[in-house]
Amino acid sequence: MTRYVMVADLRRCVGCQTCTASCKQANATMPGVQWRRVVDIEVGEFPDVSRVFVPTGCQHCENPPCEEVCPTTATHKRDDGTVQIDYDLCIGCGYCAVSCPYEARYLVDKAEFAYGDEPMPNEAKRFDEGKVGVAQKCTFCIDVIEDGIAKGFKPGVHPEASPACVNACISGALTFGDIDDPESPASKILAINETFRMHEDLGTEPGFYYIWDKKPEDLLG
Amino acid sequence: MKKGKKRAKMGPWPRLQKFWDIRAAGNFIGGGTGSGLLMIAAIFILIGKISIAAIIVGAISVSLGLLMVFLEIGRPWRSINMFFHPQTSWMTREGIVVMPLFLTAGLAVFYAGQPINITIAIFMGFFALVFLYCQVRILHAAKGIPAWRHPCLRPYIFSTGITEALGVAVCIPGLMTEQGLWIALTIALTIRFLFWKNYLKNLERDGAPEASCAVFEEINPKVQLAHIIAIVLLVAAWLTQMPILAVPAGLIATATGWTIKAIIVTKAAQTRGFAIPRTPVRGQGKSRVLGRQR
Repeated sequence: MTRYVMVADLRRCVGCQTCTASCKQANATMPGVQWRRVVDIEVGEFPDVSRVFVPTGCQHCENPPCEEVCPTTATHKRDDGTVQIDYDLCIGCGYCAVSCPYEARYLVDKAEFAYGDEPMPNEAKRFDEGKVGVAQKCTFCIDVIEDGIAKGFKPGVHPEASPACVNACISGALTFGDIDDPESPASKILAINETFRMHEDLGTEPGFYYIWDKKPEDLLG
Repeated sequence: MKKGKKRAKMGPWPRLQKFWDIRAAGNFIGGGTGSGLLMIAAIFILIGKISIAAIIVGAISVSLGLLMVFLEIGRPWRSINMFFHPQTSWMTREGIVVMPLFLTAGLAVFYAGQPINITIAIFMGFFALVFLYCQVRILHAAKGIPAWRHPCLRPYIFSTGITEALGVAVCIPGLMTEQGLWIALTIALTIRFLFWKNYLKNLERDGAPEASCAVFEEINPKVQLAHIIAIVLLVAAWLTQMPILAVPAGLIATATGWTIKAIIVTKAAQTRGFAIPRTPVRGQGKSRVLGRQR
């Protein structure tokens, strides 16, 4: 089996939003739509405060609540563990969006562009009418991954088969790969680090891991 | 949220969902009241007192609720696709059950007064019950909104559908003199109020977003007053045997239910926000364990 997951090392993320920008560039999302974003969390009280940058987006859950509620089956989980949307089936009811505990979904009612009603040439070239009036979210750049695999590249190892955010990350905070493959970059980094997932109490089994520390030496053997 | 109460020490905070607005609330308002009315109409048929008006008003109410959904969705002309996922989606199940519900409602009107109508009424009541249950589960399945997924909301949504329907029923000419409806409405109001208080208490206890709790706390005194006034009017109607006093009680009962539903779907629909259980180890080599976020 294959299950693609993302690993974000919170010790490394500097909140530069390069992943956000690269995602927007790669997927040509409209203004206000951020499939990959970095949440800026402040904790504690002055003077004892911490600031944590948390990359987030669709968590490609093992038990996706968005898939469960979708009345059309437009939202579906694939054999590779990713959760995808069939834009031709989606009716834009928004039920998936209110069911997602990670605020990962967007609904664009009408086409919007960076500079007013008229698209810039690059926007016009990549405008997809099929994404208007329907739900949309991070795909883990599944089109790139599939294309890369077809060309013999390995997801998470080669940029040709990895999500844009992972390729763009300046600090190496994002790692991608098949968690069922012990040799994948994601499996390797998870094996030596302490992690958590967000809102685990909801039972969604997210495919997005956050590293907060290295594992103790005695656990690593 | 009480003034001066400290906020949780982490952010970013939950925020109001903007995907479902008053049109989505309209589905729960029209569907809840309409299905409740069709259940009441079915019971009336079973005891030999058919009310064509209750069936028609109930069916129209459900239709208007569904029309609101049609207006809400981004691709309404694809709405046939909503029937594709009965395995897990309560929205699909709601859409499927509405067809036999309308069919039996139509048959109940067509065969009014005939013996077969008893059987039809049983089915109509059953489909109305399932429809209302689907509405209850639709909100509960929305895991992104703590105020919707809370288990204590389920009995409230069910009870308010019945209460709103009884409120409309006592306003329908031909039914307003039925003292059994007055008693039923009084009981329903009491039960709904208890479920409402239970929902508020447990929502606060279970750490729902403070903004959701604040909206409910703001409306709560008016909700209490509305229930008291409605029950007093019903008791007065019974004591004086004046049905006209039951009408405002019914209107208050229905309007209160509709208002609360609108608030639940719109103003109180805060997301859970983002939360991390602990901070990463950096610099000083320490990780801060974090409490629950609200």
